[in-house]
Amino acid sequence: MVQLTVNGESREFSGDEEMPLLWYLREDAGLKGVKFGCGIAQCGACTVHIDGQAIRSCVTPVAAVDGASITTIEGLSDGETLHPVQQAWIEEDVAQCGYCQAGQIMAVAAMLEETPNPSDDDIDRNLTNICRCGTYYRLRKAVHRAASLKRGG
Amino acid sequence: MDGSHHFATRRDVLRYASAAGALIVAAPLSACSRRPGESVAIADGPPAAVGAFIVIRPDETVLIAFPNPEMGQGVDTSLPMLIAEELDADFDKVETTQMPLELKYGDDGEITWKYAIQGSGGSTSITEHWDGLRRAGATARQLLVGAAAADWTVDASEITVAKGVIRHETSGRTTTFGAIASAAAQLEPPTQEPALKPRDEFTLIGTSQKMKNARAIVTGKAVYGIDAEMAGMVHAVMARCPYFDGTARSVDERAARAIPGVREIVKIDRPPLDGPYSVQAEGYAVVADSVWAAMKGRDALVIDWDHGPYAAETSAGFKDHCRDLLSGEGQIVRDDGDFDAAFAAAATTHEAHYWEPYVSHAPLEPQNCIVHVRDGSVDVIAPTQSPSGANRNIARVLDRDRLSIKVQPTRLGGGFGRRLSTDYAVEAALISDAVRKPVKLLWTRDDDLRHDFYRPSGMHHLRAGFDADGKMIAWTHRLASASKYYRRPNMPETNYYRAELYTDDFPAQLVENLRVEYFSAKSGAPRGSWRAPAHTANAFVVQSFLDEIAAARDEDPLDLRLRLLGEPQELSYEQHGGPVFNPGRLAGVLRLAAEKAGYGAPMPAGRGRGIAAHFTFGGYVAQVVDVEVSAEGHLRVPRVVAAVDVGTVVNPNGIAAQLESGVNDGLSTALRLAINIEGGRVTDGNFDTYQLMRIADAPREIETHIIDNGDASAGMGEMGLPPLAPALANAIFQATGTRIRNLPIGDQLSA
Repeated sequence: MVQLTVNGESREFSGDEEMPLLWYLREDAGLKGVKFGCGIAQCGACTVHIDGQAIRSCVTPVAAVDGASITTIEGLSDGETLHPVQQAWIEEDVAQCGYCQAGQIMAVAAMLEETPNPSDDDIDRNLTNICRCGTYYRLRKAVHRAASLKRGG
Repeated sequence: MDGSHHFATRRDVLRYASAAGALIVAAPLSACSRRPGESVAIADGPPAAVGAFIVIRPDETVLIAFPNPEMGQGVDTSLPMLIAEELDADFDKVETTQMPLELKYGDDGEITWKYAIQGSGGSTSITEHWDGLRRAGATARQLLVGAAAADWTVDASEITVAKGVIRHETSGRTTTFGAIASAAAQLEPPTQEPALKPRDEFTLIGTSQKMKNARAIVTGKAVYGIDAEMAGMVHAVMARCPYFDGTARSVDERAARAIPGVREIVKIDRPPLDGPYSVQAEGYAVVADSVWAAMKGRDALVIDWDHGPYAAETSAGFKDHCRDLLSGEGQIVRDDGDFDAAFAAAATTHEAHYWEPYVSHAPLEPQNCIVHVRDGSVDVIAPTQSPSGANRNIARVLDRDRLSIKVQPTRLGGGFGRRLSTDYAVEAALISDAVRKPVKLLWTRDDDLRHDFYRPSGMHHLRAGFDADGKMIAWTHRLASASKYYRRPNMPETNYYRAELYTDDFPAQLVENLRVEYFSAKSGAPRGSWRAPAHTANAFVVQSFLDEIAAARDEDPLDLRLRLLGEPQELSYEQHGGPVFNPGRLAGVLRLAAEKAGYGAPMPAGRGRGIAAHFTFGGYVAQVVDVEVSAEGHLRVPRVVAAVDVGTVVNPNGIAAQLESGVNDGLSTALRLAINIEGGRVTDGNFDTYQLMRIADAPREIETHIIDNGDASAGMGEMGLPPLAPALANAIFQATGTRIRNLPIGDQLSA
């Protein structure tokens, strides 16, 4: 039996604990904002926060998150008030197909907790999620904007 | 799209609307002709009626359904803009949603579009819908105005509309879309086509609009195919033969069936090798209660695969095969003047070979599809660029009437041409037919990389000759490749070149003696349309070769291009994107990109600034690429400056977004991407070896400069990609003296 908290809600899981967290979140918890892209932690579409850290859920077995608190894109905003990263994504009009963006946003939200005012080099070092549409130019601008919004700017 | 993982059918929309007293316009309108040439296979029949759905709600919001699938190219915003312009709606109050596939039997008894063409490919969405969707908006406006005129007993011609507000100037009376919608819904649609605005009265078209469904995306609520559900569905994952056209000799299913949750194992046969693909490969589908159980079941299958007819194929061997072909004589597909004589008489000559590898589409959302096959009907939810293709191919394999097959396209997690093929939808249909339940088929990443329809690979051989006065008098382009036109009905091998060499491409008609020659190479790798299909290879080759010529002649690369392009004129262009190619417009974007980028300024050591331009499917794009190459051979692209002329612009923000996407896609592909083949199978199974670009390699500055002279609108989905690789190669040459003739660049600069 695995006990975990997902977006503030306590849950229990009694199935195959080797199953990646990704499939638990998508299929059992119905949180489809968490995306499957590669299954080997390369693309980052499945990025969620586990106890505040950005983690690729496609290679994280459910057994590894016993007792952990997980936040997905669905739990990032404060009700209808968007997280600054989400807000910046809309203002910079980042998304194209949009499939990677939930993972990108989760990665950036976690990075800004550690690095509130990232330089371009910080962004290059920390953000390794793949965007197949190539929205990187706007994505970079949105990271800077999100940092500014988060500081109240 | 809203947060529901289930889709509103059209019937649901109608029911909702009538319950709420809304106006709905679903008027079949004027004929819309398809453009000639190599447009992708999205049309099933003759030119069709065009119409659209517009729902005007009492709360003043307007719901517009866009007919073509949205895969990131922005049609969820740009196509509704065409309607909203003529409707005079307040675009801030417009919501947009994906239209389900709507087909009908035409008067000739053939299946045709019920309202509008509904495929995304070939950068055609704007051109195809330019008239029809504006007429749909104008029709709805006319109904609203008519209702207000009747209510006020005034002449409709005295009424004006702006941002959803209807006004009678002389009496000062006003009403709103939401208030009058119910009355308008009672009126008969006009029998005559409504007049459309002249261009100078546009208030929305030409303004920058942000993506309509951005909030759903950033909150994780946008519904892709992989997120959709049907009640009672089961999950399927397939083990496919990894060898091109191979078959299964035997299978041991026992361990797979022992996995908890596994229900059934369904064999899918390889399609006949002399006909079109239904599915791509032979395989076994594991049907289970959950995705995870299906995946584990697949892993537990023990299958002995026959290695198929291409068991000996390797990437290196295919390259040798192409080189061998080029040493002989091929099929001459264009022959102006006398190339041999002119080349022999030339004062100076130039020659080079170039290589383009197979590349994969690799949309980030793996293929998936939900199908429920029942006795009298089939329901399909699919992330597809070609919902009508899914309908047609499922109808064929199940022997069903096409109208009994309902297809709801979802938002696509990328397309790039991969989702013009409907093999994954056919697989899901065959599995559902076998188990008679709704089946959700999911591909994993290795399925996607190993069973793609790859961008064709090939070797190019170019020669050019100049006379003593510096005039180019001879040009030939010879290509050996495995065409994407194969296994198609009524397609003899002598037509395979049409997909790989567009014979009217520059510099045709601008050089007196010009020959284009094709060699049809043999390969087992499945091929298909990859964003800007053959333009990606041919722009790289032609624009790189011009740079080589300029360097050899000690002439500026831009000056050489401009003098070859010459003055504006209308040249015939029979392939997709025609009927006209105007070299003056290509020169125009070159000049603008060069000016904005400061092209020609001296560059410090290790830096280069390259330029290239290409005409792609009716659009003209030039790019100036800056590059820095370190002493260790590591390259960075700090900036790309582009100029774009795609005629009348609908959404400048969307143009810039697609240009940026093309730049990054072009750069990602040029840097590292190649599909490798060993022993008749693709060896690359994930992003660890198929290394899509990440943000660290992406240009920090991308500028898009737009020329809009009011020419007919072209699309923008593909045009931004072809100039990148040659402009990059030309910049690298300036920075290092190394000429890139083989893609991808890989470690060539550090070797």
